[in-house]
Amino acid sequence: MSESSFLPKSLQLSKSLKLLSNGFLSIWCLIAVFPLLWITLMSLKYPLDAFSANPLVVIFGPGTLSAGASINFFDLLLVILWVVVAFLGIKRWQAEKNLGSKNWLYLGISIGWLFAAVALTELSATLREQLGADFFLSTPLLGMTTEHFQSVWIEQEFYQQFFNSLFVTTGVVSISLTVGTLAGYGLARSGSNWAFWILMTALVFRALPHSVLVSGYLPWFINSAEWLRPIFGEATLTLYGQPWAIIVVLASINQPFTIWMLRSFFQNIPRELDEAARIDGCSHGEAFVRVIVPVMWPGVLTAGLFSFLLAYNDYLVAALLLDAQNQTMVPAISGYFNRETTSTDQVEAVAAAVSITAPLFVLVMVFQKQLVSGLTQGAVKG
Amino acid sequence: MKNRTFLVFVGPSLFLMFLFIAGPLMSVAWQSVHITRAVYEEVETELCTPGFLTQKCTMEIRTQPQLDENGRQISETVFVGFESYKNLLQPQVAFENIKEGSWAKLSNINFFKALRFTLTFTLITLPLVLGIGLLVALTVNQVIQSLRGPIIFISLLPFVITPVIGALSFRWLFVGDGILTALLEWWLERDIAMFAQGWTIEVLMLSYRVWHVAPFAFIVFYAGLQTVNRDTLESAIVDGATRWQRLKLVILPHLSPLILFVSIIHLMDSYRVFEEVIGFRSQAHVISLQWLTYNFLTLDETGNRMISRASASSMLTMIGIVFLLLFPLRSTWREHQKRRSG
Repeated sequence: MSESSFLPKSLQLSKSLKLLSNGFLSIWCLIAVFPLLWITLMSLKYPLDAFSANPLVVIFGPGTLSAGASINFFDLLLVILWVVVAFLGIKRWQAEKNLGSKNWLYLGISIGWLFAAVALTELSATLREQLGADFFLSTPLLGMTTEHFQSVWIEQEFYQQFFNSLFVTTGVVSISLTVGTLAGYGLARSGSNWAFWILMTALVFRALPHSVLVSGYLPWFINSAEWLRPIFGEATLTLYGQPWAIIVVLASINQPFTIWMLRSFFQNIPRELDEAARIDGCSHGEAFVRVIVPVMWPGVLTAGLFSFLLAYNDYLVAALLLDAQNQTMVPAISGYFNRETTSTDQVEAVAAAVSITAPLFVLVMVFQKQLVSGLTQGAVKG
Repeated sequence: MKNRTFLVFVGPSLFLMFLFIAGPLMSVAWQSVHITRAVYEEVETELCTPGFLTQKCTMEIRTQPQLDENGRQISETVFVGFESYKNLLQPQVAFENIKEGSWAKLSNINFFKALRFTLTFTLITLPLVLGIGLLVALTVNQVIQSLRGPIIFISLLPFVITPVIGALSFRWLFVGDGILTALLEWWLERDIAMFAQGWTIEVLMLSYRVWHVAPFAFIVFYAGLQTVNRDTLESAIVDGATRWQRLKLVILPHLSPLILFVSIIHLMDSYRVFEEVIGFRSQAHVISLQWLTYNFLTLDETGNRMISRASASSMLTMIGIVFLLLFPLRSTWREHQKRRSG
């Protein structure tokens, strides 16, 4: 049942306008998804197919197929099954009203699901052996190879950059949420001029290009051993190239945004709640811990997602303040495209790019509602 | 809330912002008028070459870097005033070019080249982002409920993607005989090289940014559309308002605070355009202000970083931000005053 059937006749679109509107929307969806879809396809083909000017060649990969890397009907079925079940699981999780009650269960199930993928690949290989290549389900269907992913992740040890990214993002999210939640609550509950000026300054800080800030840090970070020695003694490290130094920097850069978002979230929690606790004799701190903390998790989750995106997507700060050994994933990819000499290198760069995008895809899938609420919160509340 | 409790809550955040945002800003201001360089000394040496009967000796004055007892170069930091700014802006050359009215020559100076691109980029993408965002929001609002979730999901993808990766994926579609270049060539029936000249790269960078940000505008406007007063709309219809009049007189005024919000955020973000230059590798043709600073901060061939010049370009970039935010900040301040007095 479409909602538009409830609309008064006069609010409905005429046939031609409806066609136009739906046409535009389809084109938008195609444009939105096309570049990502296409590089995913490219990453699964050998270079000759991947960079072909004929779209059909990129989709079906005849060159890859003839080189012996292929996916058969049965594999395709398993992949589709795996994706559909994962999708239904996520839908189920999103429908859950009471977030947090069964989180561990869902975490367990999703880890199990990842292992199921490995098991299914094994199963498919065994079946192919058992049934023989002549069986109709095991005839090669599409040219497809995971070789470039293997080469990127195993031979070129991309997992090291992955762990660096993991470390940096975890650090940034936890610091910026801890500090930001306190500040957001304080700002939401204080009507003083101070609060206003802090928010305005934060807005100006939010507009600063990150390169401006980094040119402030860089000389201090490089020479930090000299000026920190009187404080920490001989054991002082150089801050330049330290992942934890990046964590503090990114968390601070992210503070203006985080406190704005969390402030508008805390404003939505009725004041009566903490005032009631105050009347019962709690201090502000106690009221915060006992009354606000239990109900704040949806807002914190949303703010956390945006902190994660900032830290994960950052190129500039990590490229300037970390050296090549400790690089995170996004700046490390420039190593791939600087080297892009052979066509295999190019496809490997594409594979690395797809690897970086995949977690974001899952993120949108799981947290769509929270992302949307975060985007609209700042706007609607001002 | 008492001032002291307020400070306890806000303190840690203020500390971080002071140490890592306000502090560096002051440091940048100081660095932009100072320069750190190696100390050179003039040494007089006698150079002798063996000759017939007597040696031939000449006295020579050489400049060489002064070394400390560990054999490292000594460097000093000196006040140079506005020298770094002058190096950056090259005011004399710039004035001459402006007098001649030759824009092409002016953009030989990197700073003006970057400024030109940053400003056009900001101003061209803004209406496109607002327009496409609004169109998508209006059309999604007409679609049946069950399709809206998947459309929002698809639209969020360009928004969350890592900017460098997004720009790279656009590049791979167009580079060489990439799939979309091939399509264009087939359609226009001519040979096209998208990365051979500045303006085609600029078009790609603009379209990438619109693709990346339009979803944000769409989501915000779509949320705003849900709160349009239906009674007003229906009475407008009773009064015989056409669809266009309804859009102009009811919906757009309702959305106007959101349009302002999206514009401010977009102005701030597109003013610091940077990732596009990296992703499209456009530095030979097109550069942005933030990329200019970034480039000064990376090691050059001699193993030096031009900290002072980077700081000067940072300071100039910040002046731009002040202009950008002057208007929205003033209106917020007035609103705040009104709320306090009212």
